[in-house]
This record gives sequence, C-alpha cells and structure tokens, in this order.
Amino acid sequence: MPMKVIVIQFSGSTCDRDLVYAMREIMGWEVDLVWYKEVTHKLDNYDAIFLPGGFTYGDYLRAGVIAAYTPVMQEVKTLAKEGMPVFGICNGFQILVESQLLPGALIGNDTLRFSCKWVNLRVETSRSAATKLGVKGDLWRIPIAHGEGRYFIDEKGLKELIDNDQIVWRYVNEHSEPTKESNPNGSIDNIAGICNLEGNVVGLMPHPERAAESILSPWETDHGRLYFKSIENFHREMM
Amino acid sequence: MADFKCEIIIEGKKNARDPEGETIMRDLMIKHGYDMVHSVRSGKILRVNLTAKDAKEAEAICWKMVNELRIYNPVAHSCTIKVLTE
Repeated sequence: MPMKVIVIQFSGSTCDRDLVYAMREIMGWEVDLVWYKEVTHKLDNYDAIFLPGGFTYGDYLRAGVIAAYTPVMQEVKTLAKEGMPVFGICNGFQILVESQLLPGALIGNDTLRFSCKWVNLRVETSRSAATKLGVKGDLWRIPIAHGEGRYFIDEKGLKELIDNDQIVWRYVNEHSEPTKESNPNGSIDNIAGICNLEGNVVGLMPHPERAAESILSPWETDHGRLYFKSIENFHREMM
Repeated sequence: MADFKCEIIIEGKKNARDPEGETIMRDLMIKHGYDMVHSVRSGKILRVNLTAKDAKEAEAICWKMVNELRIYNPVAHSCTIKVLTE
C-alpha cells in the first residue's frame, strides 16, 4: 500500500506543487493537496502531514508566525503530539518553529540576501523520521531558497539539541566539514534541520523535493529521494 | 474608557548577530562621517491604537497580546512596550 499523505496549502504557499509532484510522481504515494481551511478534523486519515515552502502571509511579522495561528495548525499540533509524522520544508520549517512544535527561531540570513543555491548537508542522525535510511556522516546535495533561514537558539537550547540528538542535518563543505563558508545563512552550529525529541516532527530549510530526481541535479544525484524514502521506511516501522 | 497609542518594539537579542544594524552603521553612518556611532540594532515597531480604562491596562493588554500571539519570538527577540499618549 502506498503512503497516503496530505500537503497543506496556505495563503502564500509556493512549493506545494513541487512537493506533490515529488511524492506522487517519483515516490508513487497517494497525495492530497488541500487548502488550509478545508482540512480540520480529517487529518488523522493520513500517514503523514507536510507543510510546504513558500511565503505564507507574505512573511509578515515573522516568517511562518501567522500560519502557525491558523486553526488547522492547532489540529496539526495535537496530532503531532500523539505521534503523527509532520514534516516542514523551508517555510514549513518556519511554521513548525513558530507553532513551537520545534524549538528555536529562524531569522534573517546573515548575508541580508535571499539565497538560492545548492548546498551540502551532512546527515547527523538516523533517528529522525526523515533520515531513517541515512547514516550519520552521509553527504546530501540539496538546494536552498530562502531569506530567513538563519537557525538560532540560545546556548542552553543548543546543548539540549546536541544532547538529545535532535540536530538532523548540518551545512558542510565538500569534505563534510561544517565551516563558516559552507554555512549559507549564518545558522548557529551550521544547523540546517532539526527534529523534536520523538523524531516524528522534522523541519529543514533545504528543499528535498527539488532534488528528488537526477535530472534536477548538476551532479545527477537524487539525494532528496532519500528524505522521502526515509519517511516511507519510518511509516513501515510504525505499522 | 480612553484611547491609547502604544508602541511595541521588537529587537533581536544581543547574542544574535544583527547584520542589518551592522550594515547601517558601517556602510551608511560611519562612511558618511558619523564615526561617533558605535552600535546600531535594527528592529520592528508596531504602533497600536487601543481602548482601555487607563495606561496601566493598555500596557497589560499589549503584554498579554504579544505573549499569546508570539508577536516576538522570545528565543531570538526582546520586546519593549511603551504607552505614548492618552
């Protein structure tokens, strides 16, 4: 049985169709793309919930904060706490942080520029639902496209993330080293993505849906597919 | 009841770099002769007009609102509230 997932489309979502394409056409999943006002109370029919990238509500006040207060996100929060796999990509990650399903903050890039380019990610843990098939140290090439992707958390919060194995990906160079040059936005400790304590809620700034087939990659890689395959694997383990 | 004008000021915490403030200081102020400036922090102001029974209640409403609606993210920002006029 293929996975059955939902992509929630908010006012200002822009990467929802790319995500649907990757999951439907490449992964062969059953995917519903649903307007945010039409999904409340039906969410538990799905195997996973996806929050796509974009600029919900124009990024006003702070990226993701207004979407975090929509009624559907209250439902997502409840289900996430019960173990529902929930994934946020780019603006979806910002929404997860602003919903307090994930700790920290995503603030303006330290370059003061929107950054759209391929980056190297090092998998830091296979504990999260989105890296089940990864091995610590694996290098994934996946593009970013954001203006507010600088992950920030205070010293105590960072220690907790490290101690609890919640850092899922770091930005690294070709030699898998997390250098200042390989960090595209000034994220603290080169963090590109994190998960909650249980590993069922995962957010990342890069776009795996844009790297899920080799024709999209300058290196003919399809590392984004590993993200989706991992989620599939996590789902099978849960069954 | 009276009308109050309140300012909600959101700033980045000192331990989070503020490249916008740094650029304004370095590439605008200092470059144009204002070399006595040694620190600039950028931020956001929301000017709110509201009705309350007194200034104390106006401030309390603002605090309740900023905390309940995460008008600032306490991980990365600090918030100041000023009640300006009655």
